[in-house]
Amino acid sequence: MGQTIIQKIFAAHSDGSVPVEPGNVIWLGLDARTARDFAGPNVVRNYRRHYGDAPVADRTKTFFTFDLVVPPSNIPYAINQQICRTWAGEQGITVYDVNAGIGSHVALEEGLAYPGSTFVGTDSHLNIMGAVGAFGQGMGDKDITFAFRTGKTWIEVPETMRVVVRGQMPANCTARDLTLAVLRRLGSRGALGRAIEFYGEAVEALGLAGRITLASQVTEMGGIIGFVPPSAEVLAWTQARVRRRQPQAEVRGVYADPDAAYCETVTLDVSGLEPLIACPPSPANVKPVREVAGRRVDSVFIGSCTNGRFEDFAAVAEVVRGKHVAPHVMATVVPATRRVYAQMLKAGVLETLFEAGFIISNPGCGGCASGHLGMTGEGQVNISTSNRNFPGKQGPGETYLASPVTAAWCALAGEIYGGER
Amino acid sequence: MKPTHISGKLWVLRDPHGQLYDDVDTDMIFHNRYLHITDPAEMGRYALDNLRGWEDFAQRVRPGDIVMAGRNFGAGSSRQQAVDCFLSLGVGALVAESFGAIYKRNAINSGLAVVTFPSLSRHAETFRNGDVLSIDLGSGELQLNGVRTYRAQPFSRVQMAIYQAGDLFAYGELVAQA
Ligand code: SF4
Repeated sequence: MGQTIIQKIFAAHSDGSVPVEPGNVIWLGLDARTARDFAGPNVVRNYRRHYGDAPVADRTKTFFTFDLVVPPSNIPYAINQQICRTWAGEQGITVYDVNAGIGSHVALEEGLAYPGSTFVGTDSHLNIMGAVGAFGQGMGDKDITFAFRTGKTWIEVPETMRVVVRGQMPANCTARDLTLAVLRRLGSRGALGRAIEFYGEAVEALGLAGRITLASQVTEMGGIIGFVPPSAEVLAWTQARVRRRQPQAEVRGVYADPDAAYCETVTLDVSGLEPLIACPPSPANVKPVREVAGRRVDSVFIGSCTNGRFEDFAAVAEVVRGKHVAPHVMATVVPATRRVYAQMLKAGVLETLFEAGFIISNPGCGGCASGHLGMTGEGQVNISTSNRNFPGKQGPGETYLASPVTAAWCALAGEIYGGER
Repeated sequence: MKPTHISGKLWVLRDPHGQLYDDVDTDMIFHNRYLHITDPAEMGRYALDNLRGWEDFAQRVRPGDIVMAGRNFGAGSSRQQAVDCFLSLGVGALVAESFGAIYKRNAINSGLAVVTFPSLSRHAETFRNGDVLSIDLGSGELQLNGVRTYRAQPFSRVQMAIYQAGDLFAYGELVAQA
């Protein structure tokens, strides 16, 4: 019997004593293990308590990434970040500090995660690594403490399902609309406890930014990881980044065997797709934008690990060039990383967004957690390109999730609006 | 050895319409505004305070009580606090139709008994606050008020090993010695 992508990655990172079959528990070797400003101090606390001054298993594979409350806007987080920095200094661990951006994106840009590699951290959206065909998993602080010390983790091999997205997307739709279409189809539990492999011409046509958007929302489908088999473009992109650290490295994609076993195949066609929006109270409550059009909008947040790439902001710039955000709307833009920010700066995208009236923040998670900016008050309606809209997460207001392009149209109109596309 | 048979008083998480709560997300269990807290002893008082109808759960629950919920309990983030807040209150077990994958790992690693009960929604009406539920972790057998029995999933091998050891760290030491 052939193997799925996850089986192959797991087999290459385990000792072979237990067959890599769904349901079996194996010890998985980890190419990178990380903690961020949420849970990072908990990791330090656990580590000191259980392992004292013992060194981490491999400091060249252990990292901190600060991205949630950056730079710290309140005292508890300032204290927590300093706890991590001090301990990282003692251990000789690299910190991607408050100026770097969202940890998962920094890891991709730094070549810490690459096709076929394994990556864990205290961020529940590390399955973003599936965008380059790597295994990534978010974990709690105990798991990560253990991973820091031992370099491995116990893991149950999940089943794999196939999601095949056929057809060519209409020009007025984006990767986020495709992702919302998949989410609508699978619902919040459609992939519960499973790995997904994404196939079909609409998936193959996605660039890296679009693959990141799709992979990041697997969390909201209940899935463990969603792999997009790497294209030649993705292989070249990741290889260039890995070579900054290891000049000789050869990056190879991991692909499923033709006779691999899948627990389910779901097929959908996006050729008739229209712009979609996830309405409160959950990311899987997906509707066509036109069905909720006309609702007054108070704030718009464009960014997050789901839609915070250069391509996302360039698409927004196309929409808003020469226009202005509605006067009553608070519209914020948060690039995922410092590199994305630099690219926006050089391409003139920042200027276009600034002229259109957007508030432009430093890189990071922005309004996604209650970390930094973009919180809502009672009765406010917020359009966000982040990945969750559970009640109360961003404050008492209501959050709708949509593509950067839809969010841009909403910002201009001051109400939910799918755009003149 | 810890007992593999536990029993306690039930809290059945229902929404204001009386439906078993599905998809209870980690922000409803332990809201992100408390994420700066690193001391487990302080986490208990915030448990479920962003879940409608359950804001005062921390005051009502008693050590040894068992919490029951619907599908995909603990969806969302990887925060360990969403598990440790229950441990800090002395909650004896969580029983749900299914759990978020990361949440389940976190609970197993903390040595909190989490029991998956796949057919729960078929019997959802039967369970009420204050009922006494007994759980055989090894076989997955549930007993309600000492009479009716149901079948949930037994603990997996690794889950039982970590539970018996106490937590992931104690288990790790055992593995290293073996
Ligand atoms: S943007 Fe949001 S979902 Fe993504 S890593 Fe940051 S807090 Fe998590």
